[in-house]
Amino acid sequence: MIIDILAALFMVAGSFFMLVASLGVFRMPDLLTRMHATTKSGVLGAGLIMCAVMLFFVDSGVTLKALAVMAFTTLTSPIAAHAIGRAGYFIGVPLWDKTVKDELHGRYDEETHVLRSPEQMQDTQEKP
Amino acid sequence: MNPILDYTLLLCFAVLSVAMFLALWRLFKGPTLPDRVVALELIASMTVGLIGLYAIRTGRDAFIDVAMVLALTAFLAAIGFARYLEKGSHRDDH
Repeated sequence: MIIDILAALFMVAGSFFMLVASLGVFRMPDLLTRMHATTKSGVLGAGLIMCAVMLFFVDSGVTLKALAVMAFTTLTSPIAAHAIGRAGYFIGVPLWDKTVKDELHGRYDEETHVLRSPEQMQDTQEKP
Repeated sequence: MNPILDYTLLLCFAVLSVAMFLALWRLFKGPTLPDRVVALELIASMTVGLIGLYAIRTGRDAFIDVAMVLALTAFLAAIGFARYLEKGSHRDDH
């Protein structure tokens, strides 16, 4: 009984965080802000639902599999988000028009993939 | 099954269906290809959660294996799309 109520609480929390992630990807104005909404909340929602699975099936094999799902999502989701964000920046996806700071702008050569640090920029400005 | 758990499962299925619809809207509408890939990744993550809830509802633990495989496959799809975008497309060509 108590374990069922705990599992129900975990399920409700996981579904809520997934709804928050989906609202973020629906409402946010920009690729990077959308990724910011989905990556963390989606992983948290899947992890909470896997916690509910662990509590419902009181079994060591199921617990190990659910832990494996949690580990896979926690490991792979940031890597996938990093790859997609990098690709999106390189192909020139427009940022939000109220974006405050883009530190790579003007310093990054998209053809040769070389990033100049501020000191190097000062050197090239002072030399001539 | 405990009725509290049963009704909570129905509620969670409804909430996840609404969330899936919102992500699907972004998948259709998304202005650029990376937006669609992000929505697709979120849909895969929500499907993992749905499979977990379905495993609880049916009482079969074999569905957790499906969730595990799906979590890995979605990652491979996202990496493939990112590599295709970065190496295979021109700049400002969405």
